[in-house]
Amino acid sequence: MITDVPQAQQPARRAFLKQAGAVATALTIGFDWWGPARRAAQAAPVAGMPFAPNAFLRIGTDGSVTVIAKHVEMGQGAYTGIATVLAEELDADWTAVRVESAPADAKRYANLAFGTMQGTGGSSAMANSWVQLREAGGKARAMLLEAAAQDWRVPVAELTVDRSVIHHVASKRQASFGSLVAKAATLPVPATVTLKDPHDFTLIGRRHPRVDVPAKVDGTAQFTLDVVMPGMLVALLKRPPTFGSTVKSFDATAARALPGVVNVVEVPRGVAVIAKSFWAAKQGRDALVVEWDETHAEKRSSADIMAEYRRLADQPARSARKDGDVAAAMHTASHTLTATYEFPYLAHAPMEPLDAVVKLTASSCEIWAGDQFQTVDQANAAKAAGLDPQQVSIHTLYAGGSFGRRANPGSDYLVEAVSIAKAHGAETPIKLQWTREDDIHGGLYRPMYFHKLQAALNEKRELTGWRHVIVGQSIMSGSLFSMMIKDGIDPSSVEGAANMAYAVPNVSVELSTTTTGVPVLWWRVVGSSHTTFAVEAFIDEVAQAAGEDPYTYRRKLLDHHPRMLAVLDLAAQKAGWNEGPLPKGRGRGIAVAEAFKTLVAQVVEVSVDAGHVKVDRVVCAVDCGTPINPDIIAAQMEGGIGFGLGAVLYGSITLKDGRVEQDNFNGYRVLRMNEMPKVEVYIVPSTEPPTGVGEPGVAPVGPALANAIFAASGKRMRVLPFPAQGAA
Amino acid sequence: MPTTFVLNGAATSLDADPNMPLLWAIREVAGLPGTKFGCGMALCGACTVHVDGAAIRSCVMPLSAAAGKKVTTIEGIKSRPAQAVQAAWIQLQVPQCGYCQSGQIMSATALLEKNAAPTDADIDSAMSGNICRCATYSRIRAAIHQAARSMQVPA
Repeated sequence: MITDVPQAQQPARRAFLKQAGAVATALTIGFDWWGPARRAAQAAPVAGMPFAPNAFLRIGTDGSVTVIAKHVEMGQGAYTGIATVLAEELDADWTAVRVESAPADAKRYANLAFGTMQGTGGSSAMANSWVQLREAGGKARAMLLEAAAQDWRVPVAELTVDRSVIHHVASKRQASFGSLVAKAATLPVPATVTLKDPHDFTLIGRRHPRVDVPAKVDGTAQFTLDVVMPGMLVALLKRPPTFGSTVKSFDATAARALPGVVNVVEVPRGVAVIAKSFWAAKQGRDALVVEWDETHAEKRSSADIMAEYRRLADQPARSARKDGDVAAAMHTASHTLTATYEFPYLAHAPMEPLDAVVKLTASSCEIWAGDQFQTVDQANAAKAAGLDPQQVSIHTLYAGGSFGRRANPGSDYLVEAVSIAKAHGAETPIKLQWTREDDIHGGLYRPMYFHKLQAALNEKRELTGWRHVIVGQSIMSGSLFSMMIKDGIDPSSVEGAANMAYAVPNVSVELSTTTTGVPVLWWRVVGSSHTTFAVEAFIDEVAQAAGEDPYTYRRKLLDHHPRMLAVLDLAAQKAGWNEGPLPKGRGRGIAVAEAFKTLVAQVVEVSVDAGHVKVDRVVCAVDCGTPINPDIIAAQMEGGIGFGLGAVLYGSITLKDGRVEQDNFNGYRVLRMNEMPKVEVYIVPSTEPPTGVGEPGVAPVGPALANAIFAASGKRMRVLPFPAQGAA
Repeated sequence: MPTTFVLNGAATSLDADPNMPLLWAIREVAGLPGTKFGCGMALCGACTVHVDGAAIRSCVMPLSAAAGKKVTTIEGIKSRPAQAVQAAWIQLQVPQCGYCQSGQIMSATALLEKNAAPTDADIDSAMSGNICRCATYSRIRAAIHQAARSMQVPA
């Protein structure tokens, strides 16, 4: 993992932005929340007029190259990837590149994969930026070349660029980007530009260091938790004990009497204590007495809801895919197979509990957050504040993880923060801080699902029919994404199932969408977090019924899908699949997935000893198109595997009479160091456009583990999370 | 009544509720934001600091318990093991979201200050109290081994 290219600059400090950006562009957002000690350490201001040929790039007269990121950096490496793509076509010196976050602006910074909104999700950052940022870099390069050509009175074709320096070899002249900025800024932006041949890439495809790592190693990286402003207050919100409850009445006498408590306000989501410190706000909230109106609350237990889902799986459902005639295939089959799979609610539990800082005035609302859905959040915050969206500005900071949680159409935590600031009334900046308990209790979970699968095999044991019924809540229903629901099918409920790749003549994928009072949301890899498990665990059962090896059986049914076959073969080969079985008590399992157009196959090796499961090794093969930074791709696969393993082994949010039974990382277990297997990642070489890597690595690991446990112990894991250790 | 202790090598007196967890005293009173809040119950390790050289969870330690002790945060680590850990963290590109990494680095540094050549079992024992939701665990393990190797070379 030693990198090929030297370290780039730290992401730009705001003071730099304040001084440099004010001159040339409308990007400036004046704020300064660092303490005096930090301010002294900030980058020196840039002298003169920077060159800002488009919304994504600014080059200073000192040669500094600032890339403006429209995507949030939440760990997935987006800042580095974005800067890489632009810097590649610019031929910038990587050590001079820095990254800063874009303001909320759908016109300039929309996610082209989403249409007209700015946001990060669906592993789309690189895919939607690929052409846009290469062109942004390439056009700027062309302008700098034109400036040099005019200065030297030579044809552009005679010039070359190497790490931010333009050379005219024949006359032995050279000029830095910084020295050409003033002239380049006067030239027209070219309408078109020829992009590099991939063979000429010097950054793309190389392992180069992330722009954010140094600050994340010395403790100086700025998260929302770290925002401090003069006079800033901290708010904690007491929320209802059940989903759908509201405040009936409250007594704040004891809370208000505590030192440091400044105000107690009722807002639509509960009662907030506003104080001079976190600790005072926490004590104040503990002292609050609130009576809740639970008339409209969801009071069922998750076990009751799952029981209803089991019944619904045998009722008519809507069709998400229909090939041939599954009923006939089942009728004429010589052998049929049925299995059901159960998936719990899951919390995202990012390490940074949700937080946001809001400064609200009569005509403006400024927000600082690890913001993932900037223009959606801008609109929701505006509504809560009683302002126009243009009056809301968003400063996107590093997010301490998200896994989907911060990409929520209702902007829950931001709306809370704005509503608290509004209720407080003063123009004081307020930081809303969630605790871990708030996070675990807070809803917007990955939905609970029940899956029922049936297979038909003919007398030759060939797979002739595949029926897959999914029962669960819709993520998109009732949100601004509801327009994506067609014929009653929320695509995020069936992705990974409706596009199941195996060649089967008769296929029916059906969806029964349920309604509960539990708010739900996408969770890393979204639909494939459950559909891939069901498909890949069940195809293993089918292979067993057909008397065939799970790997070679999959191969036969994927002959038409060369890219999926390639990752499957690569993972199997690197794992030594064909080198004979593992010793008694150990087993290998395989699974493959396509998620967000990225193909991933994994082989898991497991030891099962007296029912105790230990994941020893995971071999992962990935095809994500052109690999932009192989080290970040590997990191995302490693992380996705650890995240997915934690979920299938332990992850579960349960409700008892409507109340969430888990509170913190004791009840809601996640993977820890001692449980992390050895992981090997292999990347398929490709010149296809890049696809995402933040999520797809999560999808196959659960079923590959389930299949490995079967190989080791003969037991099928069909209920998630897997039963407590000792049951396998 | 102020609580007096040594913070990152400097005598420090913090005038705050003695029951306030050390985490919040460090962050909000002393103004050192590198130490993070993750769970408030000593379950995740994001708040790990050194107290008299031992890795402790500052989110459950009252400020009063720090009186007279030496407290070191991510902003104040300078030992050779600390430098080796931070260098290995960069070389192996460990962080993703980065939020837990101050705590990871404090736990890893405390380990290497006591044990110059930890085994995988030693690492499991010292590091399993630090959660990383990005699951950077493989790289953390590799970086601790690398830091240990780098310290075998005379400085």
